[in-house]
Amino acid sequence: MSVGHALLGLLESGPRHGYDLKRSYDERFGRGRELHYGQVYSTLARLLKNGLVEVRSEPGDGPDRKRYAITEAGVTDVAGWLAHAEKPEPYLQSTLYTKVVLALLTGRDAADLLDIQRAEHLRLMRELTRRKTGGDLADHLICDHALFHLEADLRWLELTAARLDQLAAQVRPPSTQEI
Amino acid sequence: MVNHLQPPLLIADDLHLSFGPTRALDSASLTVYAGEVLALMGPSGSGKSTLLHCLAGILTPDSGRVGYAGRDLSAMSDTERSALRRTEFGFVFQFGQLVPELTCLENVALPLRLAGVRRREAQRRAAAWLDRLEVADVAGKRPGQASGGQGQRVAVARALVSGPRVVFADEPTGALDSLNGERVMQLLTGAARDTGTAVVLVTHEARVAAYSDREAVVRDGRVREQVHAR
Ligand SMILES: Nc1ncnc2c1ncn2[C@@H]1O[C@H](COP(=O)(O)OP(=O)(O)OP(=O)(O)O)[C@@H](O)[C@H]1O
Ligand SMILES: [Mg+2]
Repeated sequence: MSVGHALLGLLESGPRHGYDLKRSYDERFGRGRELHYGQVYSTLARLLKNGLVEVRSEPGDGPDRKRYAITEAGVTDVAGWLAHAEKPEPYLQSTLYTKVVLALLTGRDAADLLDIQRAEHLRLMRELTRRKTGGDLADHLICDHALFHLEADLRWLELTAARLDQLAAQVRPPSTQEI
Repeated sequence: MVNHLQPPLLIADDLHLSFGPTRALDSASLTVYAGEVLALMGPSGSGKSTLLHCLAGILTPDSGRVGYAGRDLSAMSDTERSALRRTEFGFVFQFGQLVPELTCLENVALPLRLAGVRRREAQRRAAAWLDRLEVADVAGKRPGQASGGQGQRVAVARALVSGPRVVFADEPTGALDSLNGERVMQLLTGAARDTGTAVVLVTHEARVAAYSDREAVVRDGRVREQVHAR
């Protein structure tokens, strides 16, 4: 899971303090695995160094109350991450879920993202199917195991695609919801 | 294998079709190339079967064009269209749709008989296809006496026996368990690839779609094509 991309995506809706950012991440994606402060600040430092975020200080802000804002390069980076299919492998759902939520939050096409991922999964499933068809029983059984797992992922993608409208209504705060 | 630089074999262009208030197809477009296995996926009710029936000239869209090998399907007479279906297309549906009164061998020989092939020759070729699909042993049985998996293999044999250029298969493994379903897919796609027959395969199962060269996803009567076969 790319915490950096997730934090960056959350910053797209506006500049925030590190503390708010951590809370927002935990609320949406934490599910019992909250971020440590150390991880948040080291990630922000890396994003800062790479020019993906910048620091905005306001009058009256203390030295440790920095507000982070996403840069143009940061927005491009998020877009690239969302449009890029994940390598199909088990337990991808938390990454995919994060991507879907961030796409909805930032007004990007979440259905697109799911379709790109579906194509990538199917590409690997074809490869495994070809290997299986030309192989012996051991190949069959090993490829089948992978195929059933990939199929489960695909079913999740399909179900999520069918529930995007519902999810969008929950994810977007009322103020930014289109009517 | 599949050459996407060749002119397409079958084209659906901007199809619209409504059943009363239901828009089954809403600007659906699709291209099928000679010899490719194309999977049509998508949620239930999205318009997959309707699109398949339009491509095969069984249904006529309200608007839009279906072209087959450079000919416009909607410009043909009913007679021309059914002749085309008989000679160029093969069909496999979820539940075999074999003629219950005929033996499995006679079912497979039927398309050849309708095309005017003599009985002996038709039966000889039908028997060869049954053999190839590993169901030679049900040749003399009626479809009702064969298992679901055997029946689907007989249906595949019947679809391929007259050497069609396109086989339309709508959930051909939908009623089978996964082992039988996979075997039917292996036999269908294997035979189609050997003979250069294109297959348009409707399925909602990813493991079945994995036998295709590429997929197109149907949503709300519209198609999203994945262009590059790899
Ligand atoms: N003959 C018909 N009369 C009325 N409505 C129809 C008819 N055929 C299809 N429809 C409607 O058109 C829409 C598309 O149906 P279609 O059968 O093409 O879907 P599908 O994608 O094949 O679904 P499934 O995966 O469930 O087979 C559906 O809403 C369906 O109810
Ligand atoms: Mg259908």
